[in-house]
Amino acid sequence: MLAAATAILLAIGLYQSAMAPDDYQQGATVKIMFIHVPNAWLSMFVWSVMSVAALGTLVWRHPLADVAAKAAAPIGAAFTFLALVTGSLWGRPMWGTYWEWDARLTSVLILFLMYLGLMALWRAVEDPSRAARAAAVLTLVGAINIPIIKFSVDWWNTLHQPASVLRMGGSTLDKAFLWPLLVMAIAFSLLFITLHLAAMRNEILRRRVRSLQMMQASRVSFTSEAGAGPKEIGAA
Amino acid sequence: MSLGPYASFIVTSYLLVAAVVLLLIVWIIADYRRQQARLKEIEASGITRRSGRSAADVR
Repeated sequence: MLAAATAILLAIGLYQSAMAPDDYQQGATVKIMFIHVPNAWLSMFVWSVMSVAALGTLVWRHPLADVAAKAAAPIGAAFTFLALVTGSLWGRPMWGTYWEWDARLTSVLILFLMYLGLMALWRAVEDPSRAARAAAVLTLVGAINIPIIKFSVDWWNTLHQPASVLRMGGSTLDKAFLWPLLVMAIAFSLLFITLHLAAMRNEILRRRVRSLQMMQASRVSFTSEAGAGPKEIGAA
Repeated sequence: MSLGPYASFIVTSYLLVAAVVLLLIVWIIADYRRQQARLKEIEASGITRRSGRSAADVR
């Protein structure tokens, strides 16, 4: 149901993006905005979701909180990667460069590296509860970067344009661009929810595999101590 | 619909997004199948959940 809604909205959004007029300054390259901006928004939104989940891990110690955070990380990393690359491909014709070490671009690159770091941390620590606590602390520390990304265009000089949709006083975008952008943003948000729920289900199954394997291992050691060989375990 | 002189940048952007999203979907489906197969393998060896429900049951 959710997957179908995502597919339908993506199709509508892509059609509207294709039909959107050229910008008077940017020409057809404005079409990159319809995929760049939703990915950029989601890169920050996913980290915010993970930060709430991190609170769930540290404060309420709910096991699903870590499952949610761990499942969201690769999806967030993918959105951040896409925001960086599509931004770069938009920047080359508009700014004359693929990359500039300014505040917005650098802070988003840091976000991408933090996603990778978190994923590496979850893989490196074998005990899931220890990994959960360490990852939750790192996630909350990393959350400082989210307002820095959002307001970097206001606080520092940057090639990147200031906010034109989510700003005080309303959007400055023409409706011809705003509607396809909003439809694509909702479609990508639904895509995230769909993928996140599926990835959470996988993570729950992975943890079940681990606990059953531990049960299996404890049976092996128990029967070994009792004098039976591990070969008899399969018949147990 | 003409994409102008920067068509390659626009097309590359859209293709890249499609490829990465597709990769994510394929990875998640493959991961689900891998976990299900591992659970069935463990269950076949006689290890079951304390609730007695199938290990592969995600309800």
